[in-house]
Amino acid sequence: MTELPQKTDRKLGLVIDLDICVGCHACVTACKGWNTENYGAPLADMNAYGEDPSGTFLNRIHSYEVQPSGGGCAQTVHFPKSCLHCEDAPCVTVCPTGASYKRAEDGIVLVNEDACMGCGLCAWACPYGAREMDRAAGVMKKCTLCVDRIYNENLPEVDRVPACVRTCPAGARHFGDFADPDSNVSRMVAERGGMDLMPEQGTKPVNKYLPPRPKDRPAAAPLTPIADVKATGVAGFLDRLLEKL
Amino acid sequence: MHPAPSVIVFTVLSGLGFGFLAYLGAGLVVPPAGWAAFLVWGLGYGFAVVGLLASVFHLGNPKNAIRAFSQWRTSWLSREGIFSVLTLLILAPVALFEIFGGFPLATLGWPGALLALVTVFCTSMIYAQLKTVPRWNQWLTPVMFMTFALTGGAILSGFNVLSILLCVVLTAVLVAIFNVGDKRLADSGSTMETATGLGKIGKVRLYEGPHTGTNYLMDEMIYVVGRRHAQKLRVIAVAFAAILPALVMLIAPEGSLFGIALALIFHLTGAAAARWLFFAEAEHVVGLYYGAR
Repeated sequence: MTELPQKTDRKLGLVIDLDICVGCHACVTACKGWNTENYGAPLADMNAYGEDPSGTFLNRIHSYEVQPSGGGCAQTVHFPKSCLHCEDAPCVTVCPTGASYKRAEDGIVLVNEDACMGCGLCAWACPYGAREMDRAAGVMKKCTLCVDRIYNENLPEVDRVPACVRTCPAGARHFGDFADPDSNVSRMVAERGGMDLMPEQGTKPVNKYLPPRPKDRPAAAPLTPIADVKATGVAGFLDRLLEKL
Repeated sequence: MHPAPSVIVFTVLSGLGFGFLAYLGAGLVVPPAGWAAFLVWGLGYGFAVVGLLASVFHLGNPKNAIRAFSQWRTSWLSREGIFSVLTLLILAPVALFEIFGGFPLATLGWPGALLALVTVFCTSMIYAQLKTVPRWNQWLTPVMFMTFALTGGAILSGFNVLSILLCVVLTAVLVAIFNVGDKRLADSGSTMETATGLGKIGKVRLYEGPHTGTNYLMDEMIYVVGRRHAQKLRVIAVAFAAILPALVMLIAPEGSLFGIALALIFHLTGAAAARWLFFAEAEHVVGLYYGAR
């Protein structure tokens, strides 16, 4: 049903630490692997070995350069982007078939592929580019927050987190419940000033991004001479003579 | 946004069809019984149904299309589907009475006419509801769709004076939507800085994209081909959709089939150009993540 729940019991989502992400794309690969081998239509690649390869991914890493307005060195920021499991998810309400829904129990936004007709309107409604139509299956694909891992009792407990979180070698991705103010993710957001993407769109994203810490500014201007070396002897004489010319 | 031919055909033809059906349902046009009525109603139904069928070609998984009638509580696309079918069903007895009986059935005709216009409004709201496409997210979008439907319907009905008046209105609406639309993205407040949340630090630039090739998002939502001809196409759209049909209707005698056909061909050409621009010029905010618009 495409009506959004008034309130979800839990708000499961991710915290992404932009200070830590190194842009290795390991989460992209892990996500593609898990979601191709498990729930739903596999994430297809089109023309994978041809001239213009393209494919379906649920997680993408953009890399940005930010020029601080107060001057100083530019910062590079690697920016993983996947579904933010918004509280006011516009992708859900526009769905004409009822394939898109937001779960009342944990707030995860999912697509029932058996009901999806592949009209693409939900992808148009998402400001974040979180939904991609699979061009082989003709149905909409999106991050499931690895719903088939996090509740999966056949997996060791350490693996009951989304594949992207489990695989991140830098520890830039964290999974937890934002409805619980004492959860790991809620504490991180409070401490580090976790932020929403495009808040003006009114989607109320659940996933939060931790801003990169400001870079150190070098105390002295670069390329200042470290010692004032005075020439002596003949060189010193020439130096003084040339100075006077 | 990618101007998919199926969606252009869908919105242009179904808009024209339901616009004409509104005139027919309201009893403003009462063709003589028999073949004439059959052809006139067939034209209205034909445009509407061909348009609706074209929309099916836009689907990745059309076998589930029947489910699109289920989510009328929240989805404009679902409402559009329901109202279009409802309109066609309610007007069917009206058409049959005119074809075989030779008199209009106002009891069902008027509700049918109203439903036809509601259908066009629902189509427009599929686009106007999207906050992610600021150019569409404004009240001029439904006004534009409704004006197109009423103008096309008036031309098909052979109402010369009404057609000319509506062509004037359509010109104004198109000029307004082009100019207001150009400012919508800037007015939306969405920038690369708000998209990434990095604006507190400073100016943001994409230095490496997430993928070397293209993808669904870029093909569908970052359509830049042809935007450089936008100004010329805007002139063509206004000239063909409104000015030329108005001139034809000014010269042609009332009810001249040749005049109607010529005006309609001009109007449909212009409507297709305008609808192509409606998509091609629309910037989706996801482009901001790619440093594009």
